[in-house]
Amino acid sequence: MVLDPAKVWFIIIGMAIGTFFIRYSFLGLLGDRELPDWVLRHLRYVGVAVLPGLIAPLILWPEAAGGTPDLARIMATIAAVMIGIWKKSVIGAVVLGFGTLYTVQYLTA
Amino acid sequence: MTAQNNTTKNTFWRGFRDGLPFILVVAPFGTLFGVVATEAGLDLLQVMSFSILVIAGASQFSALALLSENAPTFIILLTSLAVNLRMAMYSAALVPHFGKLKTRLKLLISYFLVDQSFALGVKEFDENPDQPTVYKIAYFFGIMLAITPLWYGSTYIGAVLGTSIPAEFSLDFAVPICFIALIAPLLRTVPHILTAIVSVVAALALTWVPYNLGLIIAAIMAMMVGAFSELKLGYKKWS
Repeated sequence: MVLDPAKVWFIIIGMAIGTFFIRYSFLGLLGDRELPDWVLRHLRYVGVAVLPGLIAPLILWPEAAGGTPDLARIMATIAAVMIGIWKKSVIGAVVLGFGTLYTVQYLTA
Repeated sequence: MTAQNNTTKNTFWRGFRDGLPFILVVAPFGTLFGVVATEAGLDLLQVMSFSILVIAGASQFSALALLSENAPTFIILLTSLAVNLRMAMYSAALVPHFGKLKTRLKLLISYFLVDQSFALGVKEFDENPDQPTVYKIAYFFGIMLAITPLWYGSTYIGAVLGTSIPAEFSLDFAVPICFIALIAPLLRTVPHILTAIVSVVAALALTWVPYNLGLIIAAIMAMMVGAFSELKLGYKKWS
């Protein structure tokens, strides 16, 4: 896949500056100002609101499997979600997810 | 050497030791980012710039995923920065401890304000709020010494390994798996679970919206559902 280098650099620099300002926001610019409750309440859910939606199409319609649902990827997802919730383990979810993916791929190959 | 210096040094190394367990998370993620970014078509300088200038793994993976989908620049920036918005909370939480420092030091601390340094730092500062600020700084940078060089280094190793990993390993799936691994442990309250469900369902239902805007709309809806259900149900963990 060919990426436009100018686009990639623009994104890297934009993310670098944007992320820095988010980190510096209260420490450097806004100081002791209290965040209103409703803002905090929304901020708590930003990650969980963005990431699942971002990956859902990648899991259901993976390009590597021709854009159609793929049993191995779906089983791997279920395994990773379950172990992640149950054991709260980041590494465990990655290992079991990939383990399931390879096992199902091997069995159905 | 004075006693104060000695203790500052000890505190620094205590931060370092407390940061060490995160190696288990940071090294694989860094390597994976290097590999996946290289496979996506980024060159070594771009991959390293990502990890050094942005140092925020989840947002870097988001940007990669959207780059591969050929999303517009504006959407990629908006989505990836949204992933990092939680760090505004981190910044606010550190004001009582670091708010009075010199600007130069605050700039440096901000650069290093990542999930791990925040989590450990705030825990330590809450347990010993009255310790001198210099100890808090030492502790914070001790944590960073344990994880930042490793983050850069593992990204580099991944970038060099990059395209040598054969397609049979299905590394396209690394991004979804990493995100699941990051998110699943957070799904411990009803509002978090509702948020994730709305995010998935709405994002899938809105894939027809041009410019990947469907994801942004889905995220906003999900966030509002999370905040609203927390207001109704309270912030209780079920296990």
